[in-house]
Order: sequence, then structure tokens, then C-alpha cells
Amino acid sequence: MDSYNAPESTPSASSRPEDYFIGATPLQKRLESVRKQSSFIPTPPRRKIPQCSQLQEDVDPQKVALLLHKQWTLYSLTPLYKFSYSNLKEYSRLLNAFIVAEKQKGLAVEVGEDFNIKVIFSTLLGMKGTQRDPEAFLVQGLILSPRLEYSGTILVDCNLCLLGSSDPSTLAFQVAGTAGACHHTRIVSKSQLPSENREGKVLWTGWFCCIFGDSLLETVSEDFTSLPLFLANGAESNTAIIGTWFQKTFDCYFSPLAINAFNLSWMAAMWTACKMDHYVATTEFLWSVPCSPQSLDISFAIHPEDAKALWDSVHKTPGEVTQEEVDLFMDCLYSHFHRHFKIHLSATRLVRVSTSVASAHTDGKIKILCHKYLIGVLAYLTELAIFQIE
Amino acid sequence: MSPQKRFKNVQAQNRTSQGSSSFQTTLSAWKVKQDPSNSKNISKHGQNNPVGDYEHADDQAEEDALQMAVGYFEKGPIKASQNKDKTLEKHLKTVENVAWKNGLASEEIDILLNIALSGKFGNAVNTRILKCIIPATVISEDSVVKAVSWLCVGKCSGSTKVLFYRWLVAMFDFIDRKEQINLLYGFFFASLQDDALCPYVCHLLYLLTKKENVKPFRVRKLLDLQAKMGMQPHLQALLSLYKFFAPALISVSLPVRKKIYFKNSENLWKTALLAVKQRNRGPSPEPLKLMLGPANVRPLKRKWNSLSVIPVLNSSSYTKECGKKEMSLSDCLNRSGSFPLEQLQSFPQLLQNIHCLELPSQMGSVLNNSLLLHYINCVRDEPVLLRFYYWLSQTLQEECIWYKVNNYEHGKEFTNFLDTIIRAECFLQEGFYSCEAFLYKSLPLWDGLCCRSQFLQLVSWIPFSSFSEVKPLLFDHLAQLFFTSTIYFKCSVLQSLKELLQNWLLWLSMDIHMKPVTNSPLETTLGGSMNSVSKLIHYVGWLSTTAMRLESNSTFLLHFILDFYEKVCDIYINYNLPLVVLFPPGIFYSALLSLDTSILNQLCFIMHRYRKNLTAAKKNELVQKTKSEFNFSSKTYQEFNHYLTSMVGCLWTSKPFGKGIYVDPEILEKTGVAEYKNSLNVVHHPSFLSYAVSFLLQESPEERTVNVSSIRGKKWSWYLDYLFSQGLQGLKLFIRSSVHHPFPEQRA
Repeated sequence: MDSYNAPESTPSASSRPEDYFIGATPLQKRLESVRKQSSFIPTPPRRKIPQCSQLQEDVDPQKVALLLHKQWTLYSLTPLYKFSYSNLKEYSRLLNAFIVAEKQKGLAVEVGEDFNIKVIFSTLLGMKGTQRDPEAFLVQGLILSPRLEYSGTILVDCNLCLLGSSDPSTLAFQVAGTAGACHHTRIVSKSQLPSENREGKVLWTGWFCCIFGDSLLETVSEDFTSLPLFLANGAESNTAIIGTWFQKTFDCYFSPLAINAFNLSWMAAMWTACKMDHYVATTEFLWSVPCSPQSLDISFAIHPEDAKALWDSVHKTPGEVTQEEVDLFMDCLYSHFHRHFKIHLSATRLVRVSTSVASAHTDGKIKILCHKYLIGVLAYLTELAIFQIE
Repeated sequence: MSPQKRFKNVQAQNRTSQGSSSFQTTLSAWKVKQDPSNSKNISKHGQNNPVGDYEHADDQAEEDALQMAVGYFEKGPIKASQNKDKTLEKHLKTVENVAWKNGLASEEIDILLNIALSGKFGNAVNTRILKCIIPATVISEDSVVKAVSWLCVGKCSGSTKVLFYRWLVAMFDFIDRKEQINLLYGFFFASLQDDALCPYVCHLLYLLTKKENVKPFRVRKLLDLQAKMGMQPHLQALLSLYKFFAPALISVSLPVRKKIYFKNSENLWKTALLAVKQRNRGPSPEPLKLMLGPANVRPLKRKWNSLSVIPVLNSSSYTKECGKKEMSLSDCLNRSGSFPLEQLQSFPQLLQNIHCLELPSQMGSVLNNSLLLHYINCVRDEPVLLRFYYWLSQTLQEECIWYKVNNYEHGKEFTNFLDTIIRAECFLQEGFYSCEAFLYKSLPLWDGLCCRSQFLQLVSWIPFSSFSEVKPLLFDHLAQLFFTSTIYFKCSVLQSLKELLQNWLLWLSMDIHMKPVTNSPLETTLGGSMNSVSKLIHYVGWLSTTAMRLESNSTFLLHFILDFYEKVCDIYINYNLPLVVLFPPGIFYSALLSLDTSILNQLCFIMHRYRKNLTAAKKNELVQKTKSEFNFSSKTYQEFNHYLTSMVGCLWTSKPFGKGIYVDPEILEKTGVAEYKNSLNVVHHPSFLSYAVSFLLQESPEERTVNVSSIRGKKWSWYLDYLFSQGLQGLKLFIRSSVHHPFPEQRA
């Protein structure tokens, strides 16, 4: 409140936070960072445009292929207590038995027995922003089918439905963007499963990572492994079982990570700013208008090159994205739309952004398309996850 | 007697014809028989009560009869005896009577168990004997071991075996020691093979199993049994116990709604067990509760993320076990000596095992366990606190019904959760950091209605910190709500700020006197802390002044404000902290000119306490001579003296507008009060006027008109006594201290 003035001292005379937190324990550092976050604008006003060179060389391309073109549900995760990378085999045995026991409620199972469900833990070497970031790791739940005679690769079909809403109940109409060219693209990717004795169908995949998580790493001691971002693909019930096991075993806490409209527009700007050799998808925005009885969705698709051209016209600081630029970029889109349809998009809610780099939904769903900018996309998501657990 | 006997014979025939499957029928028949005898027993008892001697003699006779009976059984059945049945029946009856009435001594139990399982008598007799083996107090371990050895010989029938196991389960708590019995674990385990015995053996094993009994081969055997018999509840319970001890070997998840895992073995002896427990109440130690009730496992879940909001207490054996191969020697040593949480029942236990306590696998579970809260409170282990911090912050954030928009249907649950947290904070007399962080995040979004009382209580438990740092995060948001909400909200905010001040003061006074605390939250000087507290007080002063204006000097609000200052005025003496902050004029004069006597009384009390504190501070200054940094500025004394002068002017010397309050004479003329100069004192003050009138009426009740100005001289002091007798203690203290004596600090 502005009108308040402490009768005895001016605000500037008060002791500065630094005086209070010299040699503080991690817990106090943590509180301090929470205070900083809550008192200022939650996000820094400028970020780097994702660069392509960041993805380190030693990442297994097969594993990366597993991560791309899949819809992931995002979760934030508090640091894992006493997690050890040397015990991954043991963990997979335990988790395996846990899942089987959970699936057949009431029947006990022996740990290490052969089940028709198999869990594999594996590290994603090199999936990190800095050397300090802990190693990312992948958990796969396979269902083994003894009837499966053939061996080799299994084709995983990822249909990218680029335009229109997949949900027929919502009224969607499409707007041709500046160039007017919208096209459906169908991407079929071959994904190789990790070579095992028995081949199986991937039932569930989840991975844990931390890209440029320095702010979190500073505040936890060595008993903890900070992997604040967790991405899951598969049935929610399976995520629940596996998440419960992790929570019980490592005393961590999963919470769904939603992406608000503010962050979505940042994503839109940053991903549009990425240099692409060729575009595989239209840049598309989806707004939702909450009106009864049915909500109204507005989809706005733009040719990616036009979007890039628009971005270049608002972009000033090389290599970086600033808050003003993001706002300006979105404002340009809004005014363009308003000119044609007399609808103020700024009064609606942005719920989805999809570009050739990646697409994100406000419910915390993400799909990464571009191999080059994988780390860049994850870095921003890590930042959001850390913000949620701070 | 004879009809009953015939009835029994029929029963016996039944039993033999139906074999072991007739177990249930026998049981019910036995009950039918037992009940009338029981009631007869009681009625007899009732008659005998007045005649003590007779009863004593009766007891003696009973004792002898019992000895004879036991002797008879010990000798074994006498062949070819004419009235064999009759004698047997008589002795059996004796034993049954005594057993159900007083219980049997452990030697008698030893003999009877021996007889029942050796198969000397027929099946029917064995059954009857087993059913009446009820201990007076305890059962010796040896007799059980002996009895078990009879099982190996194979002399007793299946039904007797079953009954024996049921008996063992029911009486398990009364066996004096269990080490020897535990050595027979393998034997019992092998008995699981027997389909009829399996449920009871499972129950026994459930009671008996210790960590070292859980072996991989046993796990495999149990799983084989499970494969053979399917999902049997008794097997499930035993398996889940095994899982509890060896999570690295076995995994099981119990179905949610299942409550009963074992056939109730005890109901045969229900009344007897109660009686024994009553007899044992005194010296013998309470048996340890079961370690893992099956109900402990996974309650119904709403969301996968929170089974119930607070996790169930479980030792962290899980994580330790995981790294088996890499386990270091120290870990091994630790584990063998560690104390499982589930056994932690009492505070002395906690003290004894505090060095080797196995921490819960999910730190959040301590919230429901007061003993572990003690532990959390004194532990300086950073990971423990950090784990708790993370869990609590995330849970609060997830559960909070306004932080995440879609959560409104779980309001009740969130309220309960907050209540639990507040209980824990009150218990520890300490706030959690997570709650502070949660307040920072959620307060800007709070509507001021949801869980109001809980939320404001959380505010009052904010750990001590620099006020200027907390202000923009918390108090500025709170102030917005404060000014725009109802008077009740204002009052509750002031109340919680009072509690906050109190908590801070308590914390600081502790901290000063226990200096050696190594990592106290703030590495700061006392001066810094005092500065922070004084800023809080000034802030509340500002809030209350504005609130008084907004609520047009509501008396109700003023009460809450003065409550706050009742804490403030006593800081120097009560908490031994060098701080005296006076109230702002807006509060002082509103209270002084209030129409409410209780307000004025409270104000008098506060002024009295201020005076005490300031005098004490002055005295200390003079004694110490040294210039410490906490000498109060003369400004504080001047301010106090100014207030004091106004007050004395208004209440005593009838010169309100001289030194204290300055009001433009023209305005005073306009009021139309003739003698405004003398119109304010303890008689004429509007809040005392009614007292003055009733005082005069008390003196001369028939008077039609009263002249309050007549109270002077001697009457004045009578009037004062009258006021004091009306419960105006604050006024009394104030006048005693500030009026009758010269004021030493007035010249300060």
C-alpha cells in the first residue's frame, strides 16, 4: 500500500535481504528464492532463442527418436531423495513387481519374476544443458507378448493432426492465415525399441530430465537428485501407478504442470524465432472462448514462413527474446485477426500453440517435432517446472 | 442334570457321525450349553455376595475340586470303570466352571494342554478341555512349546489341531515370552500345507513373524500356495506383512475395501479374554500392537497423486533395501540396529531410539504423528527438513482450492488439511517454511473467504523474519483485503496479527536466551530483530488507525486493537526484549474519548503497563550505566508523558484541554457545553456518567434529580471505591500508579 510509511524509518533504511541470509541453510535459500519469485514478475523479461548446437553429441539418436513426435503429459517433480543411477536395474525389478501387484490387486508377486509386463530404466546420456545437470533417464513399460513371432522394429504411427480440433464436439472453424496455405502432414516415424530378449509393445513411456536447472541445483544437498521435469506418454492409470511408486520410494511429489496462456505466447514467439531448414508443420494457434452452452474454439493457422517474417519484423535484440517482443508479436496477430473477423482475440484464452519446433497445450501436453531444438524446448519447460516446485 | 446330559449325548453322537466338518455345529451347541451355566453362575454369585465367608469357603472347595479334576485327567481314563462317564463329566464341569470364572494357573494349563493334545481321551473331551483353557493371568511359553511338540506326534485329530491353533491365536498376547515359539517358526510354516489349518496358521504366523523370519524360500512357498489356493484373505495379509519386511523380495497391493483378513479365532473366548485382560491390567505390560494392520495399506484414492492427502507412515526400508549390492558396512550396521517406526508408541521409546530411528519413506507422514513431530522439531538434518518442505509445499499448492482454479469441490478436505497443519504448528510452537512460501504464493489470489480462520492462523505462524522483506509479499496483499472487507474480517486479521507478534516475541526471547543455536534462521543482530518487530507494530498501528476511520470508531474493532496493544505494552517486562512502542494518537484518543467503559478501562490498564515497562527500562539504564544501543529515545518518554497528561487531565484533574488535547476554543464554544473546561473527569466522562448516576442513586434511592457534580471531597473517594468494585481493575491500577504518587518519569 503506497500510503503506508513506517513512522520511524524510510523503507530504504531497512536492512537488505543479503544481510539476513549469509551462510543460510538450503532451506532458507529456498525460501529466499520463493520470496524473490513472488515479489517480482515470475519470468525474466528476456530469454535466449533456442540454439541448435546445444544438443550434445553423445545422445543416442535412437533414444532421441523415442522422444520426438509423441504427445507428452508434463509434470513437475520435486527432487528425488536417495536416487542412485547405479541402481537402475534394481529399481526396474522393484517397479516391475509393483506394477504387476497393482494390476492384479490382492495377488502377491515375487520381485524379479518374469511377468508379461516389463519395466526398463535407461539413462539418456547427454540430455542436459550444462555439465552440472543430472543425467536424464527414461522409463519404459513394455508389454511382452509371447505370441509375437517376428523380431525387429515395430512401426509406431504418429499422426499429427495439424488442423482443426480432434474433438468433434467442439465447434471449430479454421482461418486461413496470411498465406492461406494450410496442409495436413502425416509423419510416420520408425522407432526402434531397445533390444531385449523378448520384443514387446511399449505400453507406457516416461522420462525425467533437468536442462539448465541451476537455480534448483543450488538449493538442494547431495542426497537429492533434481530432475524437475517429468514427461509421460501412456495411460493415465499407468502414470498413476508408476508415479506412486516413485513418490513412495524417493519421497518426491509429482504435480501436473499446466502451461498458462502467458507462457504459451512465450513459446509461440521463441519457437517461431528458431531457424528452420524446412518447415514440417503450419504455425497454428488455438483460442478458446468460454461461452455456454458450448465453448467456442478459434483456430488460426499461419504459414510458418509468414510467421517467421512477422517475428523478424518485431525482433530487435539478436539471439534473445524479450517480453516486449513477445507482446508485440501477439498483438500483431491479434490486430490482423481483428481486421478480418472483427474478433478481439486478446479477450479469449490461448490454449494451444503448434509450430514446426513443437506444439504445446495449456493442459500440460507437449509434442516436440524438431530434433535440433529439443534441448531448447526442454530448457524452457524445466524453467516452468522449477517455478512450480519452488 | 439328567436332561442336559442326554442333550449332550446327542451332541456327542452328532459330532462323531459328522466328523471334523461338524465343527461349527459343535461350537454353537457348546455355546447354547455354556450360556445358561454362565448366567446361573452369575446369579449364584449375586446371592452369595453379602456372605463373604461362605464365598471364601466356596472358593476353597472349588480349588480342591479343580485339583482333583486335574489330577484325574493327568492319570488318564480308568478303564472299565462303571461310572466312568459320570466322573469324567463331573471333573470336566469343575474345570470349565473354574476356568470361566477365574481362569487357570499356568501349571494347570500346562497339564491340561498336555492332556488335550496327547489324545488320552476322546475327541469330544479334548475339545471341551481346549475350550476352557483360559489363563488366570499368563500362559508360560514352555507349555505352548510342549503342546506344539504333541502336534508332531500326530496323536490328535484334525479338528483338535484346528482348535489348538485358534486357541493359540486367541491367547497369543497372554503368552509370557515368545522367543522359543519363534524358533518353531519353520514348523508352523510347514503346517501351512494343511488346507484346514492354513487360515489359522496364517494368522499365527502373522502375529509371530519378525524381519529375520522372512526368507526368499518362504516367500516362494507362500506364492506357490497363493497360486494353488487363489486369493485367500489370510494369505494376503501374511504376504503383505512379508512385503512390509522385505519389499525387495515381494510386492503386493491389497484391495481397497477389504477389512477382515482372518476368521475371528477369538470369538470362542471373547468374554474370557476380556476378563483376563481386566485381571492383567495392573502389573503385566500391555502387549505390543500388531505392527501392520491390513487397514494401513492404501486407502481409497481420489487422485493418484494423493492417496489421502497425508501419506501413511512407513519405514524407509524400501530405499535402503534397493541398493543391496552397494550397501556399505555402516548401512548394514545401521539397519540391524534401527528401530522401525511402526513400533514407536511412546515418548520414552522415542528418546531411547532417537539415534537409530528409521525415518519414514515419505516425510509427509510425520504430520499425523506427534512423536515424529517432536523428532522433526529437534533434528538438524537438512535432508529431512527439505523432504518435508517439498512435500508440504507441493501438497498445499495442489490441494489449495483457489490456487488451482478447478479444485473447488474439495474445499472440506483442504480445510481439514490446513487444520492438521495448524495443529502441528501449535504443537511445535513453530511455523513451517513451506506454509510461509505457500502464503506468499496464494495470498495474492485469496478472496478472503475461503478457509478464512485457517488461513489467518497460518499467517500468525509465519516464522520470524525481516518485516520489510515480508511486507510487500504478504502484508500489502493482506491490507488490500483488510480495507475492503467487513469489520469481522478486520477483527480477525488484527487477532491473527496479535498472535503473530506473540509468536515472534516468544521466538526472539527464546533465541536471545539460548544464543548458541548455530543456524538460527536469521544471522542478524538483536537490533535488526527489534527493528523488524517495531515495524510490525507500527504497521498494525497504521492499519488500525485507518480501520477506525473506515469503521467510524467502532467499539468492537477498538477492542481488538487494544488487545493487540495489550501485548505490545508488555514486551519489555514479559519477553525481556528491549522494545517499547506506543500506540498512535488515532487509537489513543479514540479510546480515551470512547463511550464504552470497558474500552477506557482497557486503555487505563495498557497505560499502567506502559508505565511499568518504561520505569523498568529506565531503572535498568541507570543500573547498567553503559550506553547500550537499546536505550529508548527520549521521544518515547515524551510521547508517553503527553498521553499520560491527557489522560490524567481527562479522568482526574478535569482539565482536559489544557496540556493534553488541544482543541480550538472556538469549536469548544460552539458545542454549547457551558463548563467545557471541567466537563471531563472520572465523573463527567460520558462513559462513566452512568456509573456516577447509579452511585448517587445507591446512596439516596428516593432522589428524583441527581447532581453528579456533588461527587467531590470524601464522596469522590467513595465513588472511586464504587467504580473499582464494579470490576474496573484497569482504572484502579492506573489511578493507583499514576495519580496518587508523583510521576518520576515525567521529567525524563
